[in-house]
Amino acid sequence: MKKYTDSGKKDTRSGFGAGLEELGKTNENVVALCADLTGSLKMDAFKANHPERFFQVGIAEANMIGMAAGMTIGGKIPFTGTFANFSTGRVYDQIRQSVAYSGKNVKICASHAGLTLGEDGATHQILEDIGLMKMLPGMTVINTCDYNQTKAATIAIAEHDGPVYLRFGRPKVANFTPEDQKFEIGKALQLTEGKDVTIVATGHLVWEALLAAEELETQGISAEVIDIHTIKPLDDEAILKSVEKTGCIVTAEEHNFLGGLGESVSRVLAENKPTPQEFIATKDTFGESGTPAQLMEKYGLNANAIKTAAQKVIKRK
Amino acid sequence: MPHNTQQLEDFVTQVRRDILRQVHKVNSGHPGGSLGCAEFFTALYQEVMDYSTNFTMDGINEDLFFLSNGHISPVFYSVLARSGFFPVEELATFRHIDSRLQGHPTTHEGLPGIRVASGSLGQGMSVAIGAAEAKKLNKDSHIVYTLHGDGELQEGQNWEAILYAAGHKVDNLIATVDLNGQQIDGATEDVLPMGNVKDKFLAFGWEVIEIEKGNNIVEIIRGLKEAKALTGKGKPVCILLTTVMGNGVDFMMHTHAWHGKAPNDEQLATGLQQNPETLGDY
Repeated sequence: MKKYTDSGKKDTRSGFGAGLEELGKTNENVVALCADLTGSLKMDAFKANHPERFFQVGIAEANMIGMAAGMTIGGKIPFTGTFANFSTGRVYDQIRQSVAYSGKNVKICASHAGLTLGEDGATHQILEDIGLMKMLPGMTVINTCDYNQTKAATIAIAEHDGPVYLRFGRPKVANFTPEDQKFEIGKALQLTEGKDVTIVATGHLVWEALLAAEELETQGISAEVIDIHTIKPLDDEAILKSVEKTGCIVTAEEHNFLGGLGESVSRVLAENKPTPQEFIATKDTFGESGTPAQLMEKYGLNANAIKTAAQKVIKRK
Repeated sequence: MPHNTQQLEDFVTQVRRDILRQVHKVNSGHPGGSLGCAEFFTALYQEVMDYSTNFTMDGINEDLFFLSNGHISPVFYSVLARSGFFPVEELATFRHIDSRLQGHPTTHEGLPGIRVASGSLGQGMSVAIGAAEAKKLNKDSHIVYTLHGDGELQEGQNWEAILYAAGHKVDNLIATVDLNGQQIDGATEDVLPMGNVKDKFLAFGWEVIEIEKGNNIVEIIRGLKEAKALTGKGKPVCILLTTVMGNGVDFMMHTHAWHGKAPNDEQLATGLQQNPETLGDY
C-alpha cells in the first residue's frame, strides 16, 4: 500500500491564507472581505500587502455576503472570510438570493468548521454547513484535507467562474499532500489502491482514513482510500469505479450524516449500484466543548472508528 | 433626453397602464408600491441616470440601479422595457411560465437591466455598496442608485449596510427610501413604528435629501440632482421620497389594500380610464 508522510503539522486555515496571499500577487481582481476575524482566517498577509483590496466589514456577515455579490458586478472576485457557522447558517438567505440565485462569482471561505474547533463548543461547531451549501443550485462545495491542498484549492477556485463554498478548519493536522499539486475541482484523488473496501473521506478525516487503512493492512484487509475534496460536483465515476472492485464503502466526514458527503455518495450508489455503506459522521447531534482529539474520539470521527466501520461493512457484502 | 415635463408625465401614465395590465393578466403581483414609484423610476431612467441599453452585467462607466424591494417589479419591468432594455411586448409575459419577467426580478433568466435578484427583503443596499466599492477600485466615477421600501428598513441587514457605507465613506451611493408609510399588514406606524427615519440616517453619518412630493416628477428630478451634487464628498447620500401608494389610480391610493392584489376586470377598466394611453400599449 502506498504510504504517506506527514511533513509537519499545519492548520488548513493557514493554507487558505497562503493561497489568498498568492492570489493577491497574481490576480488583481481578487478582493478579500472579512467580518472581524482577520487573524483567525489568516488573512493578515493579504491585508498587509493589498490594503486597497481588503475590506473589513466588522461583525456584519449579512452585509459582507451582499457586498461580495455586488463586487462581482465590476469584475471583482471576492473571497469572504469568517467561521463556517457565520459563513453559512447565519447568512443562508443572503447566499441563496444575492449569490447563488444571482449566479455571482463569490468565494465563501469558511474556517473553524466542525468539531475540531474544540473548546468554543457547539455554538461555533457547525456540522450542517455542507448540507446547507450543497443544496443551493450552482454552488460548488469543497472541503480540503491539509495545508497544501487548501492552498492549492484557494488558488484554483479563483479560476472557476461561479459561487464556491470552501471549508477548512482550525487545528494543526498532518500535511501530507504534495506541495506543488494542481487542484482540480470535482476530481477525486485515489490515495491508496485496495480491493476489499472503499473508504471515501473528506477534510480532516482523509488523514484518519489513511491511518485506518494502514491498520487494516496489518489485518490483511486491503482498503482503497479516496480523498473527495469536492463534495459538489461529486466525482460519481471515481466512487462507482472503486465500489465495482471492492463491493462496499465507508464514507467519513466531520459533519452530520444528514446532508453530508455520505448522503451524496448514497444517492450515487442507489441510482447506479446499490452497495453496503457505513457512515463515519456525527449522528444528528450538536457538538460540545473539549479538545479536538477528545471530540473526534467521543463522536466517532477518527482512524479507529473508520477501521471498525470498514470491518463491519465488509461483513455486509 | 432631455424631455419636457409633459413627455415625462406621458411616460408615467403609460407606465401606470403597464403596471395595471401586467398584474391584472396574471391576477397577481404588487400594483400599490409600483404605482407609487412610477415617477421615481421614470425620472431615474429617462432623465438622471447615465447608462447604456446595450446591457452588460459589469456596467463599467455607467450608473447602476438596484431595486431592493423587488416586489415592485411591474414598475421596474415597464420602465426598463420602455427605456429600451427589452421589447415592451415582453411585458405580456409577466409572471408567466418560461418568462424572463419573474414575479420578483432575477438575473437567472438573463433579463437585460437586472444585476441581482431581489425579493427577499433587506439585501439590496449591501449589494449596491459592493458594486460601489468595485467602481472605486475600477476608478469609475459613476453613481450607484438603490431603492428600498420604508417597511423594508425593518430588516436588520440594512443597518449593517447603513453603518458600513458611512463608516467606509461610500460616497458614490445614492439610496432612496420610498416613504409610503404602508406595508402588507397595514401602516408602518402600526406594524412596527419606524420613528424618525431622517434622524436615523443622519445619526449614522449620511447626507439626507427629502423629496416631500415624491409623485411630482419635477420635484424628484430636482432632488436626485441635488443628491448627485452631494456625492464624492465622503458621505453616502439618502433620499427620503414621500410617495402615495397606488398613486394615479384613485381607488388604490392611500391604502395598503393593493400592496399585493390585482384589480378585477372592472377595476382595471376604471384604472385605465384614469390613465389614457400615451405611448401605446404593448
